[in-house]
Amino acid sequence: MTTRDTVLGRIRAALADVPASEGPDDVPVPRDYRRSHAEPDAVAQFAARVADYRATVTRTTDADARVTVAARLAARGLRTLVVPDGFPAGLLPEGGGWTVLRDEPPLSVAELDAAEGVLTTAALGIAVTGTIVLDAGPGQGRRALTLLPDYHLCVVREDQIAGDVPEALGRVDARAPLTWISGPSATSDIELDRVEGVHGPRTLDVIVVGGE
Amino acid sequence: MTDSNNVVWLGAPSFPDAAREALADTQLRTNLRKATGTIRDKRLAVTAELDDWEQLRTAGKALKRRTLRHLDHHLVRLEEAVTKAGGQVHWAADAAEANRIVTALVKATGQTEVVKVKSMVTQEIALNEALAEEGVSAYETDLAELIVQLGDDRPSHILVPAIHRNRAEIRDIFRREMGKWGRPAPEGLTDRPRDLAEAARLHLREKFLRAKVAVSGANFAAADTGTVGVVESEGNGRMCLTLPETLITVMGIEKVLPSFEDLEVFLQLLPRSSTGERMNPYTSMWTGTTEGDGPQDFHLVLLDNGRTATLKDTVGRQALACIRCSACLNVCPVYERTGGHAYGSVYPGPIGAVLTPQLVGVEHAESLPFASTLCGACYDACPVKINIPEVLVHLRAEVVEAKRAKGRVPTPEALVMKAAASVLSSPVKLSAVQRLAHPAARLVSRRGTIGNLPGPLGRWTRTRDTAVPPKESLRAWWRRTRGGREGSK
Repeated sequence: MTTRDTVLGRIRAALADVPASEGPDDVPVPRDYRRSHAEPDAVAQFAARVADYRATVTRTTDADARVTVAARLAARGLRTLVVPDGFPAGLLPEGGGWTVLRDEPPLSVAELDAAEGVLTTAALGIAVTGTIVLDAGPGQGRRALTLLPDYHLCVVREDQIAGDVPEALGRVDARAPLTWISGPSATSDIELDRVEGVHGPRTLDVIVVGGE
Repeated sequence: MTDSNNVVWLGAPSFPDAAREALADTQLRTNLRKATGTIRDKRLAVTAELDDWEQLRTAGKALKRRTLRHLDHHLVRLEEAVTKAGGQVHWAADAAEANRIVTALVKATGQTEVVKVKSMVTQEIALNEALAEEGVSAYETDLAELIVQLGDDRPSHILVPAIHRNRAEIRDIFRREMGKWGRPAPEGLTDRPRDLAEAARLHLREKFLRAKVAVSGANFAAADTGTVGVVESEGNGRMCLTLPETLITVMGIEKVLPSFEDLEVFLQLLPRSSTGERMNPYTSMWTGTTEGDGPQDFHLVLLDNGRTATLKDTVGRQALACIRCSACLNVCPVYERTGGHAYGSVYPGPIGAVLTPQLVGVEHAESLPFASTLCGACYDACPVKINIPEVLVHLRAEVVEAKRAKGRVPTPEALVMKAAASVLSSPVKLSAVQRLAHPAARLVSRRGTIGNLPGPLGRWTRTRDTAVPPKESLRAWWRRTRGGREGSK
């Protein structure tokens, strides 16, 4: 007998009180909780909640998006910037003092570690929690890209912002590798003093694009 | 250090003995009061933001009930989904088997070191020690776990394991130990949390960059999609889950959820209950393997280790709903004063007092169900409404029953209760005892309280101060002031 059989057998024996006629979906789950706690202006709420995590948030229009990206990058004085495949060409500033690194062929961890920043899009944002969700789609790259460089600039479109967690889960593909990011890396392990930046990017910059 | 049932540290001093030592440690009590108070306030603020918090708790409880009542079904579905997505599933009946599986998987890669994401379950099975015996070094990468590991110490809180250490102690540990494990602490390291975190970042980064194998726990796994998830704050989790070639995740069988959609409840309940944040900084979810992104070998180890025995108890099984948020620790008056070490288990606080005795058998942890005032604060705080007081009382009865079955002589408590029953059932005896109580109590009191008593009452009074009874009982006072005047309203 395998351990699998043993454990499954123990579970079935332990659940002798559960009637054989009861199916897995028969156990009721009241779902009268709210689908969303978002405020009417979800975009403003998203911006405020992201900023609550001590991330920088800039709102801009489609027309000014590229200039805004350039300004944020210039303010950092970056020398090397990773830009994943599929990042909209129209948003990528030309020139600047940085070298753009592409992940094709894949960059080594040492190259990623040496890179100072990364510029990505997102799959969506969540207003109530101030979260950006990455699913490795176009413009986001594989997970390591947004992890090793110390600075992450993320561009989110207003129409990508979901109100709350239930809506966000309904909009992502569970089979994609998902990274939910709420502010920069942080720890409170030493006397509960919050420190930003332990292992992930120490600085998170978010640009919200849309509207007039 | 591992007992027959393979949950570490039991057989250490029993709770009353360990608690007495902890209570005398004023630094510990100061740290704990500050920590639990701070997290408590943050949690209250963010849970109050959701006006349907009670509905979410009810849904969380119901989802866990749905999962546990058909646990076999959900685990088989999870196994199918993970396998289909390119992962491999292993089953472990106990700690020893889980450790053997993980060790063999690590050895098959040819590696002798692994990086670890903070996880309760690998502590429960003492995986690091088991790997060390086989020549594999396991590096904890959560800042608090790093402090605990470098200090050759034990975690004292589920969420903030090094909360019993202050910044100066942490600086000393880093200066003394980091060099023995890898990159030494920088020259002139101060005790500022920012500098200490930076030292940890530098020390661990070289490990992340060369790591080929990682070990993690799991906060949940969805049976329908095979998606496994880890929530964290620092990014060390993402490092371990993303950079190595091989990922081994050890998961208690109770962590499965029927569907990916169910996360909509737990991703609202967990961060708010745990760290008092609307969302933790990082949540990673992966389904099997993804070509070109993250580990290309993924192993999921499903662990029983006492969980099926717990499932068998229809009252106690609700403890398996625990999502390890630690909210119950932060509201517990007993935990706040004794800290986590006193519980002698990787699962401290109220949830530890019900979970540990069930995982290892009550006879191996018989003092833990009594490590509570039954005030009910833990039940109020629990995001999945585990009725911890109910389980505590249930387990107390089991402990008493187990002692009786062993035919031990009556306990001092039993004798005292018998005497009390006799006195309380007779008004004459009661007033006689009350008349004697004040003068007798004055003999043994100091500054208005009664401390340690000799003899059979010693075990009760060793950890409790009692107020000296008043000079006059209520009954005597009533007779003196209202005597014979009942009719003259």
